[in-house]
Amino acid sequence: MSLIQEADYGTPASKAEKQVKLTVDGKPVSVPEGTSIMRASMEAGIEIPKLCATDMLDSFGSCRVCLVEIEGRNGTPASCTTPVGDGMVVHTKSDRLDAIRKGVMELYVSDHPSGFGEKAGTGASEFDHVISLVGLAENRYGVEGRNHVGADNGDGVAPGNGSLTIDYMVKDESNPYFTYDPSQCIVCSRCVRACADVQGTFALTVEGRGFESRIVASMNENFVDSECVSCGACVQACPTDALREKSVLEKGMPDRSVVTTCAYCGVGCNFKAEMKGDDVVRMMPYKAGKANHGHSCVKGRFAYGYASHPDRILAPMVREKITDPWREATWEEALARAASEFKRIQTKYGRGSIGGITSSRCTDEETYLVQKMVRQGFGNNNVDTCARVCHSPTGYGLNTTLGTSAGTQDFDSVEACDVMLLIGANPTDAHPVFASRMKKRLREGAKIIVIDPRRTDLVRTPHVEAAYHLPIKPGTNVAILTGLAHVVVTEKLYDEAYIRDYCDRDAFDDWAEFVSDPLYSPEETAKVCGLDDPEMIRQAARLYATGGNAAIYYGLGVTEHSQGSTAVMGLANLAMATGNLGKNGVGVNPLRGQNNVQGSCDMGSFPHEFPGYRHIAIDSVRKIYEDLWGVTLDKEPGLRIPNMLDAAVDGTFKGIYIQGEDILQSDPDTKHVAAGLAAMECVVVHDLFLNETARYAHVFLPGSTFLEKDGTFINAERRINLVRKAIEPRARYADWEATQELARAIGLDWNYTHPSEIMDEIAATTPTFAGVTFDLLEREGSIQWPCNEKAPLGTPVMHIDGILRGKGNFVRTEYVATDEKVGPRFPLLLTTGRILTQYNVGAQTRRTGNSVWHEEDRLEIHPHDAEDRGIRDGDWVRLASRTGATTLRALITDRVATGVVYTTFHHPETQANVVTTEFTDWATSCPEYKVTAVQASPSNGPSEWQIEYEELSRQTRHRVNVEAAE
Amino acid sequence: MSPEKLIYQANQIARFFHSKPHAEGVAGVAEHINKFWEPRIRRQFFELIDAGGKGFDEFVLEAAPAIRRPQADAA
Repeated sequence: MSLIQEADYGTPASKAEKQVKLTVDGKPVSVPEGTSIMRASMEAGIEIPKLCATDMLDSFGSCRVCLVEIEGRNGTPASCTTPVGDGMVVHTKSDRLDAIRKGVMELYVSDHPSGFGEKAGTGASEFDHVISLVGLAENRYGVEGRNHVGADNGDGVAPGNGSLTIDYMVKDESNPYFTYDPSQCIVCSRCVRACADVQGTFALTVEGRGFESRIVASMNENFVDSECVSCGACVQACPTDALREKSVLEKGMPDRSVVTTCAYCGVGCNFKAEMKGDDVVRMMPYKAGKANHGHSCVKGRFAYGYASHPDRILAPMVREKITDPWREATWEEALARAASEFKRIQTKYGRGSIGGITSSRCTDEETYLVQKMVRQGFGNNNVDTCARVCHSPTGYGLNTTLGTSAGTQDFDSVEACDVMLLIGANPTDAHPVFASRMKKRLREGAKIIVIDPRRTDLVRTPHVEAAYHLPIKPGTNVAILTGLAHVVVTEKLYDEAYIRDYCDRDAFDDWAEFVSDPLYSPEETAKVCGLDDPEMIRQAARLYATGGNAAIYYGLGVTEHSQGSTAVMGLANLAMATGNLGKNGVGVNPLRGQNNVQGSCDMGSFPHEFPGYRHIAIDSVRKIYEDLWGVTLDKEPGLRIPNMLDAAVDGTFKGIYIQGEDILQSDPDTKHVAAGLAAMECVVVHDLFLNETARYAHVFLPGSTFLEKDGTFINAERRINLVRKAIEPRARYADWEATQELARAIGLDWNYTHPSEIMDEIAATTPTFAGVTFDLLEREGSIQWPCNEKAPLGTPVMHIDGILRGKGNFVRTEYVATDEKVGPRFPLLLTTGRILTQYNVGAQTRRTGNSVWHEEDRLEIHPHDAEDRGIRDGDWVRLASRTGATTLRALITDRVATGVVYTTFHHPETQANVVTTEFTDWATSCPEYKVTAVQASPSNGPSEWQIEYEELSRQTRHRVNVEAAE
Repeated sequence: MSPEKLIYQANQIARFFHSKPHAEGVAGVAEHINKFWEPRIRRQFFELIDAGGKGFDEFVLEAAPAIRRPQADAA
C-alpha cells in the first residue's frame, strides 16, 4: 500500500452556490464563486507553486511564489488571494512568472540551511518540492544567511548560541513530539495561523521585523513551557522542516499509509497512520475526515506510543489464585481454561452466575460479539458496558423525550449555531478537536453560556468570552435547567408553532405549569445553585431562547449525578420548547467520552436491550435473534455492572469476561469493586496491559490496539467510521477474533472471517443500521445512523420535520438534592474531570510522552479553602470522604469556587475512586462521580488504602520468569 | 445488595415519578423496575415487600402488585 497524499488546494473551498467559469492554461474550469485562482487551478489539475498557502487556512498572500498572469489585467497577482471571475483567462506558466518565482525562491534559499543542499531536515518538505517545481538550479547569494550557522558549519551545529551569525537561535527540542528549528523557518506564518484559526489557541506569534522576524511560542518560551497545547496543527502546516515530528527526523519519511479512526475520545477523528514497514512513523489527521476535517489533538496525533510500549502483554496468561504468579500460556490453554471455568460455574451456581462487559474502546463488531456471546452462549443478559458509568443517562433521557438514544446533530452543525449552551462539559480538554470548531464559531460572533462549577477554558480564552458563566454548585443541574425553563415559559419565549406541530401538547401544558411555579423562579434557583445573581439566569434563558439557532452541548457533568437522567430530560425539554431541533445549528448534543461509547450502546451492550435499543422483553425482537442464533433467549433483564458486583459479594455471581475496561480504576467505590472481583471464581481480563482489574484476574487475554484490527467506531454524532488494520495484531488475534475463539471454546459455532461479516449481521437485524455495509463506508468515508431505506446515505441531523418519537414528550424535572451532602466532617464538594493530555484511567496516555504535561493528579482548591486549612501549593493533601481516603498534591487556583475541589483520575496511585460515593443515577445506576462531600487536610504520606493497595499490587502482579510490568 | 441500598434505589425511582399524576407515577415505578431490574434483585425486593415493606416509598408499595415476581429458576 502506498502513501496517501491528499491534494492541497491552497485555499479553503467556497460554499457559494453560484458557479463561475474560467480557463486556466487553456483548460476550462467551473468552480463556486469566491474560489481562489489557486484552488480553481488545482481543481483543473494544475499545481501552482505556493509556500504560505494551504487549504486548511485562509489565504495570506505573503510568499509571492504563487503569482499568475490574467489576460486583461496588469501585473502578476497572487493566485491565492485573487478570486476567480467569470470568463477569466489565467496563465500559470510564462517566462516572466518563471523568473519571478525563481528569484523569490533563490532569496528564500539564501537564508535557509537546508533545501538547496540536504544538510539538515528531511529534504522532503514542501519547500524542497517548490524548489524543484520552480526549477531553481542556482543560488547566487550564497547560504550565509543571518539566521543560521555559517556555511562552513553546515551540519547545523552551532558553535554557541548565535556566536557566528547574529540572528541564530538554537533548536527548541522541548516538546516530546516535535522540534522547532528557527533557522529552517521562512516566516510564512502558516503555523501562527494554524494555531489561531484551526486550533484557536493563539500560542504562536511572529516576533521582530524583517530579518529578525521569528516565530515564537507565547512570550518567546520553549514550546513545552508555553501555552502551546501540542495539537500539532503547526507542524502539519509548516512547509519546511522548521517544525517537524521527531519521529520523522528519527525514522525518515513514511512510505505507506492507512486511513483509520482515532481510539481516544468521542470526536472520532480520522487519521492516516503513516508507516515505514510495520513501524508507525506518524499519525496525520485526514482532511477528508468528516468529524475532524484534518485537525487533531495531542492525544490522537502523538500519543500512540502505548501500542509499542514494553508493558504490553503479548501472550495469554493464567493462574489458579490471584496471589499466584502469572504463568504464560498458549491461546488454546487460556481459552480452554476460561471456557471450562465458565461452564463449571454455571453448572454449580446457575445460568445467571456469569456475565460479560463490552468495551467502549473496542469496535462495534467486537462489542456486538461480546453481547452475542453472553446472550447466545451464556444464556442470560448479564452484559453491560462502561457507558454505564458515563452516558447511560443520555440514552434514557433522550429516549424518553425524543425517542432516540443519541445526539441530534453532526459536528458541522456548529457552523450555523448562534448560541451555545455548554453544560457539564469541558471540550477544550476532553473533546479538543470539536472545541476548536466551537471556538472558531465563537470568534465569528456566536455566543456561549457556560454552566459549570469550574471556570473552564471556554469561559474565557483568547478571543472567546462567555456571555454568561453560571458556576453552579455541583449537583444542582436539574435546578438550574428547571430555572431556565421557568424563564422561558413565564416570559413566553417558547416556540408556540414548534410545540403545536411537533410536541405532545398535554405534556407541554403539564410541564409549563410545573416549571411556572414560583418555586423555580431565578431567585429561588439561584439560592439552590449557589449563584449570586438571579438576573444572570434570566438573561441566559433569554439568550438561549431568542438568540437565534441555539445548541446544547453537554458532557458527563450532566450525566454523572443521582439525577443524571432527569437533567438530560431537562435539556431536551428546553430544546423542544424553543424549537431548537431538526435543523442545522441547534439540537441536544452529548459529547461522548470514549471513541466508541455511542457504538457500544448501539450494539446492545446493555443488559436490557438488543442492538438498536430494543428491549429484550419484546417478543418480535427476540424472535429475530432466536431465529438467527438458534437458541431461546432470556427475556428477563440482566445485571448491570454495579449489580454484578453486588451479586458477586452476595455469592450468586462468580465469573466474568471483561473486554477492555478497567472497572477497578474507573468505577466508583473502589473497595466495593475490589470486594466483588475478589469474590469471583473466574475473572477473565482481555486488555492491552495488566490493568488494575487484572490484579483480580485468573485468565488474561492480550488485546489488540486500534492499529491492529479492522472494524468501526461510532462517534458522538452517530458517525460510523472505519477502523483499518495498519499492522498485524501483535498478540496474534484482533479482539474480535479472540472473542470468537472464546465463544467457540464454550461451544458456539461462529465462523466470521472478517468484521464486515459481523456488520452484515448487525445490519440484517437492526433497523437503524439496515443500510450499513463496509462497502458503503469505504465509498462514503463514513455514515451517520439511521442508515436505511429512508436514509440510504445516513442522517446528519435528526428530527427534521418531526420528532422521531412521534410527538416530543415534555417531562417534569423536579430537583431532588443529592443525598451526598456536605456537613461539618465533609464540608467540601469534590468533582472530577479530565485534562487535555491524559485520557481516562491513563492506561494509554501514561505510556507516552504526554506525561510531560501531567505527571500526577492534583487537587484543585480555592485559595480561601486552602488558607483555612493551612494547605500550600504543592503540599500533600489527604482527601477523605464517607467512602474512603487518598492523598494527592494540592494545586491552588480560583478556577474552582470556594467550597468546591476538583481532581482528575488519570493515575492509579491517586485512587480518586476510593473517595467517590456510591450514589447513582436513579434510572440508570450511572455513578455520581461529580459530587462527593469531602474534607481536605494537610498530610505527609499516602493513605492506609494506598499502602494496602501497593502491597496487594506487589502480590498480584508478578509473573513467572518475566520482569514485573511498570 | 444490602436491603438499605435496594430500598434506597427503589425510593429514588419513586421520587422521580412523584412529579407525575398518582396513577401514572405508580405505573411508571412498576414499569421501570420490570424493565431494568434483574430477577435476583426483584426477588430480594419481594422478600422485603413480603416482610412488610418497611422503608419503601408509598409509590413503590403501590407499584409492587404490578411488578413481575421472578420465576423460581431464573438466575
